[in-house]
Amino acid sequence: MSIFDHLGKYYILMSQAFAKPDKFKVVWKRVIDEMESIGLGSLPIVGILSIFMGAVTLLQMAYNFSNPLVPVYTEGLATRDTMILEFAPTIISLILAGKVGSSIAGNLGTMKVTEQIDALEIMGVNPKSYLIMPKVVAALFVFPFIVIVSIFLGVTGGYIASLLTGTVSIENYVFGIKFDFEPFYITYALIKAEFFALIITSIASYQGFLTSGGAKEVGDSGTRAVVYSCIIILLFDLILTQLLLTV
Amino acid sequence: MIAVKNISKSFGTKNVLQDINLTLQRGKVNMIIGKSGAGKSVLLKCLVGLFDIDAGSILYDERQFSKMGYQAKKKVRQEVGMLFQGSALFDSKSVIENVMFPLTIFSDKSTEEIKERAIFCLRRVKIDETADDSFPAEISGGMQKRVAIARAIALQPRYLFCDEPNSGLDPQTSIIIDNLIREITEEFDITTIVISHDMNSVMEISDTISFIHQGQKWWEGSRDDIMNTENQEVVDFVYASNFMKALRASFIKK
Repeated sequence: MSIFDHLGKYYILMSQAFAKPDKFKVVWKRVIDEMESIGLGSLPIVGILSIFMGAVTLLQMAYNFSNPLVPVYTEGLATRDTMILEFAPTIISLILAGKVGSSIAGNLGTMKVTEQIDALEIMGVNPKSYLIMPKVVAALFVFPFIVIVSIFLGVTGGYIASLLTGTVSIENYVFGIKFDFEPFYITYALIKAEFFALIITSIASYQGFLTSGGAKEVGDSGTRAVVYSCIIILLFDLILTQLLLTV
Repeated sequence: MIAVKNISKSFGTKNVLQDINLTLQRGKVNMIIGKSGAGKSVLLKCLVGLFDIDAGSILYDERQFSKMGYQAKKKVRQEVGMLFQGSALFDSKSVIENVMFPLTIFSDKSTEEIKERAIFCLRRVKIDETADDSFPAEISGGMQKRVAIARAIALQPRYLFCDEPNSGLDPQTSIIIDNLIREITEEFDITTIVISHDMNSVMEISDTISFIHQGQKWWEGSRDDIMNTENQEVVDFVYASNFMKALRASFIKK
């Protein structure tokens, strides 16, 4: 299939997924379940990664800025801005493309090859709306929350590193993370989070629905979902940064 | 009743179904048999609308199913129950949740009433309460098939489709499933279509038999007819094993 075939099929799938649901109450319950799975299920890995990345970012900044001409608050400021602008929205989304994306593609792919999706269709249920829409809506709700948690924990990781290593004094670090704060950066991070949530869940769902065959094909769908999501996330990262920060 | 008129289906250049005509009667078990690769499963998927047909028409009690739009088809599908070859139970839901699922989506009954109906269907297929909260992976293949039948009849369907209901089951469990299909067909007066290549099932429960060969309806008749037919392809299919060949030889000798 050419890229245009995929784009066309992706568009049709998404338009069917956002058709009027059969029963709003049932879909809403599924959204809550997916929020728990995508959001709460991702928090441990996001938490661990954010704390360590914040700590490592601070130590690297301290190493690179060890110059008397560089202001003392630079390490804190750079750690904060790195977390807000790139690490929390983009790197965490790349991680979630692996965790959430492969899970969605594997789950839907298995349902496809074991005829569970056909069973829904024959019952008269719109399987796209029943299965895909709750995942996308749930991700749109929880990704901004995950990004905020990641920013907070990343900055906390920097604090812990400065506390434990003494490379940067606590006073200078706290001053740095408060210095010259630009609230629009948070808006920028949240906009990116929404785009990446849509990219991860919709591409993974598309790959899951495209699956046919057996166990190998289900595995391949999971791999494709992760690889394509990562590439498109990076592409959109570039586009959104150009649009939101430089215009 | 389901009337199939001159339907054809191809994939690329390969003609899988050619000009098939069938009348599938209400209150009867209509069996569609044939060798692997004959086109039986494609025919079933065309009948339930999972595949669009290239030519011809499919009528569900005079309603032109094959030419309906998506929403109209959805309405008809609520009158359809289907038993899949691999059961196709939702593995993230328990046994009782699987049976409750179609009722949750399509009925306005309270949760208690839905649960009551699901329990009725499960007991009807002889699943006892100890299995209600199990997950499909935790029960046997035979039980999975019975749960799938319970789910298929939950909405009181007018049409029941069964795709190789005995595949992967031992002979005794196969007979239990066959008998269930027969009883349910008569009890609820539904149009039942069974795809199979199991001759035990054919002789056990069929009212009408259609033999599909190379994508065409090659032969049709009753249980008695199939034992006495001279149609070579049907004879080869029915008497495939050496044991059956010897049986036929002794039958002819007598």
